[in-house]
Amino acid sequence: MEEVCARFVSQKISKARWRPLPAAALQPPDLFATGSWDNEDNRISIWSVGDVGSAGLNGEYQGEPQLLCDIRHNGDVMDMQFLDQERIVVGSSTGSVTVFRHHQNNQTLSASHRWENAHYHADQYTACGGAACTGVICNNPEIVTVGEDGRINLYRADQKDAVRTIDNADSSTLHAVTFLRTTEILTVNSIGQLKIWDFRQQRNEPAQIFSLTGDRVPLHCVDRHPNQQHIVATGGQDGMLSIWDIRQGTMPVSLLNAHEAEMWEVHFHPSNPDHLFTCSEDGSLWHWDTSTDVSEKPSFLHQGGRSTAYFSHSTINQSVVSAWLSNDPTKDRMEITNLIPNQTLSVNTLDVLGPCLVYGTDAEAIYVNRQLFA
Amino acid sequence: MEEPDTEPPLTVVPGADPARTQLCFEWGPAEMLLCETLFGRRGGERRGAPGGSAGPAPTGCGVAGGGDGALGPSRVFVVRRDQDIYMETLRKLFNESHGIFVGLQRCEEERAARARNAQLVQVSKNYRSVIRACMEDMHQAAISARDSALHSQYSIQLCFFQVSILSAMELIWNLCEILFVEAAPAGPLLLRLLDWVQLHICDVDNMVREVLGSENPSKHKLFWNVVDIFVLQGRMDEARHLLSKEAIANPTSMNMYKILDDLMKKMPVPSLGNTQTLTEMELKWQHWHEECQRYLQDGTFASNSHMESICKILLGDENAILEKKELMTTWYHFLVTRLLYSHPTVKPMELRFYAQSSMDMFLGEESNPEPLDTILMAAFEFELHQVIKECSVALSNWWFVAHLTDLLDHCKLLQSHNLYFGSNMREFLLLEYASGLFSHHSLWQLGVDYFDHCPEYGRVYLELHIERIPLNTEQKALKVLRICEQRQMHEQVRSICKIMAMKALRNNRLGSALSWSIRAKDAAFATLISDRFLKDYCERGYFSDLDLIDNLGPSMLLSDRLTFLGKYREFHRLYGEKRFSEAARLLLMLMTAHIAPCSFWMTLLTDALPLLEQKEVIFSAEQTYELMRCLEDLTARKLDKQKFQDDDVETMKVEMLRLALARNLARVIVKEGTLEGS
Repeated sequence: MEEVCARFVSQKISKARWRPLPAAALQPPDLFATGSWDNEDNRISIWSVGDVGSAGLNGEYQGEPQLLCDIRHNGDVMDMQFLDQERIVVGSSTGSVTVFRHHQNNQTLSASHRWENAHYHADQYTACGGAACTGVICNNPEIVTVGEDGRINLYRADQKDAVRTIDNADSSTLHAVTFLRTTEILTVNSIGQLKIWDFRQQRNEPAQIFSLTGDRVPLHCVDRHPNQQHIVATGGQDGMLSIWDIRQGTMPVSLLNAHEAEMWEVHFHPSNPDHLFTCSEDGSLWHWDTSTDVSEKPSFLHQGGRSTAYFSHSTINQSVVSAWLSNDPTKDRMEITNLIPNQTLSVNTLDVLGPCLVYGTDAEAIYVNRQLFA
Repeated sequence: MEEPDTEPPLTVVPGADPARTQLCFEWGPAEMLLCETLFGRRGGERRGAPGGSAGPAPTGCGVAGGGDGALGPSRVFVVRRDQDIYMETLRKLFNESHGIFVGLQRCEEERAARARNAQLVQVSKNYRSVIRACMEDMHQAAISARDSALHSQYSIQLCFFQVSILSAMELIWNLCEILFVEAAPAGPLLLRLLDWVQLHICDVDNMVREVLGSENPSKHKLFWNVVDIFVLQGRMDEARHLLSKEAIANPTSMNMYKILDDLMKKMPVPSLGNTQTLTEMELKWQHWHEECQRYLQDGTFASNSHMESICKILLGDENAILEKKELMTTWYHFLVTRLLYSHPTVKPMELRFYAQSSMDMFLGEESNPEPLDTILMAAFEFELHQVIKECSVALSNWWFVAHLTDLLDHCKLLQSHNLYFGSNMREFLLLEYASGLFSHHSLWQLGVDYFDHCPEYGRVYLELHIERIPLNTEQKALKVLRICEQRQMHEQVRSICKIMAMKALRNNRLGSALSWSIRAKDAAFATLISDRFLKDYCERGYFSDLDLIDNLGPSMLLSDRLTFLGKYREFHRLYGEKRFSEAARLLLMLMTAHIAPCSFWMTLLTDALPLLEQKEVIFSAEQTYELMRCLEDLTARKLDKQKFQDDDVETMKVEMLRLALARNLARVIVKEGTLEGS
């Protein structure tokens, strides 16, 4: 895979996120943020890739990611999301949630707001001890955080206090959160449950609970299909990928055997959702492609060169959607490729936007692939 | 038993003063704690030297931490053995080489010897390129630090010092690669050594660049130096190219240049392939040598001292070569040049003689060889173990020796050597290195794979180290747990889960605590947590964490108490759903099958009260008898235990129950009687 650029950064990477593109942008993304974990001195860093003008020493795709700026972060970076073009929300293992602002004119980072002890344990001896914030999701201006304390917080970017807090929302650890609709969120927890919470309801109970059958395998990540909101993918401790249809039933529609260890992140491609990406503790990163049934589809994906116009909304026709939900053996309809051969240490994070993929590992390296579909 | 043949190096601990106080120490996994004792102190005032922030002394030890000197009577120092582990810039080296190391262990053994050798050489080159990349990064960092003038002089010096260490490491590794990994035979051996010298003697490159960059190279004052350098390094084409420029500038001596150029062009070199045999090569070389000799004796070059000396060099004249000492800078450059012009077909085993004499000639009698010189000399002498030993003493990290030894072991060069302690040298060094990694707050993950490939003691080391990793988040705990589970380290899995369960319990997160103990299959702890749930229920009158208890599934069977908790919750659900007869049956079963703990029977019987008082009859006569027996058993047991404690509430409860049971019995007899009668 010669189109992948790697860079060793001397810190274990826990999260990597592309900066979102402005609405009408045609260029591929050029900036991403990373967060580190397990260091004495953890950092949030902003990197730029392939700015053809400045980094084009060895041709436009050769440039390693260049560090633009970084800032110290207290505690491990547990989760990180861009709120908008400039602001990043970071959840820490100390239980605080911080909004960092990236000043693009002078390339600096600063903490613009912090909610201390957003997550905490009501300890019987001390007043409170921080509990790790495990998940953050943003839908500007709303920010939802979940943590090891089983608490759900709803913040608004510029308000000092939480808009809504659900104490003891879950008796076990909440591992991840995502927005289902503007007022509804999805959480996954360490006993294999997927819950829907509706902020319009005043009672502090989930609107709906889905669960894996019997074996209670912890779920670590969740993502929602960008166009078909009832399709949800989750990844579990045993590396299994589960696809859920939240309109019906309380069990997953399909369980797909995938990685050999914890699946840390799952992402539908935001503009081409018949592609899905998962990464795992076993050091692999898989690309799930349900668009391989060439006969049914326009073939522009295969003739496409390196232009950015790979994606068209016409791809999302009914046949593709049913590919995720179909009950018949999906093997012949889905092409799965491992993008990292010979990797040994965990791939903790990935993010995908346009034709670009970024991922970070415990081997202290970040990798950028700028021609995902080439 | 081997005896240490040299005195161990002395480590100075900054801030500690052994003259004033005696020091005591305690071994740790990768570091040592030193503390001052009260012995030997004679009441003098303290010196306020802080204990912290010592640089990595060349001995490989540094000091971090330290107490407050002004207040406490004694201070504690942490002495780390492998200081380099903590260098930020070297983390890249550790991580990248980890990948290479794991790749090397994975590749199969049963390949053809030739392919295997090529593969090992490639691995060795990969290691070297990692060292080089790291060195360049560091060099860059040092230069930018110097330019920005933000950093202290000390840290910049440290940076350059590290660059020089890395460069020496690469030099040694490269030589080992040529001699041991590739094991180049006579002929190609010399070419490899030439490459080695060209790659590492880069002090002269600047001079070359300066001369070539000048307007008129041939008039530059260093011109002949550059030509000499090329000749000394065997870079004939470049030397000829330069000479041709000079020749054009001096048409009068054109003939002389032509002859020299011709000699240089004709010089036979060993070929890499099998196109010519050694004897062929030797014959050609002999012939060429005689030709050079003839020209020198003719006095062809007598008019130009520079060219005469070049011709002498071509003839392998040791004195002529030694005159260029400054241009060669090192004795091993001299060695290679000498071999090139006098023994081009040197055999590996003959190297030691030339190496020793070259060093003596170059350094002279009086000067002491540096550690690097002794290491290289040991390599030329094919004393593998000596190389590794000298490197271990001289270098401030275990990275180099651990990886080099592992590679050499894969080349099957270290088989015979066993230590009188531990298992063998490879394993010993890998264990040392990995232990160093484990003492680091972040690099511990790399250490795991190194321990995995130590067949004898690796597992024990891993077991001992992994338990000592601080677990500050659940995610980290999961990662550590995964490592243990993959290796079937059940004891460690249990201990980690227990730690996490205990933490959750302390934070009043009963649900989490239960999940952790279920994962560890820790029945005793599950019982403990179930009791907490039941106690909370008794106090508050409702269950917390219903989402968990309702979803226990098969894990309910882990402990009796957990089963009871699950079943009791099921009773509540049935009761809530008004499925009274099922609820009643379950309740009775909990007692008669002895699933419920005795202490909880009273609560269960009290739960039966509303069922007994329902309008319709729920308990059958037989069930009522059973309930009565349970109540009597309970009271009898109570009486045995606490004869003198008479609890009014308790007696009232018993009275109420008896009354309710009696009434229920009356109703049920009537009901069952009428049903049978009709």
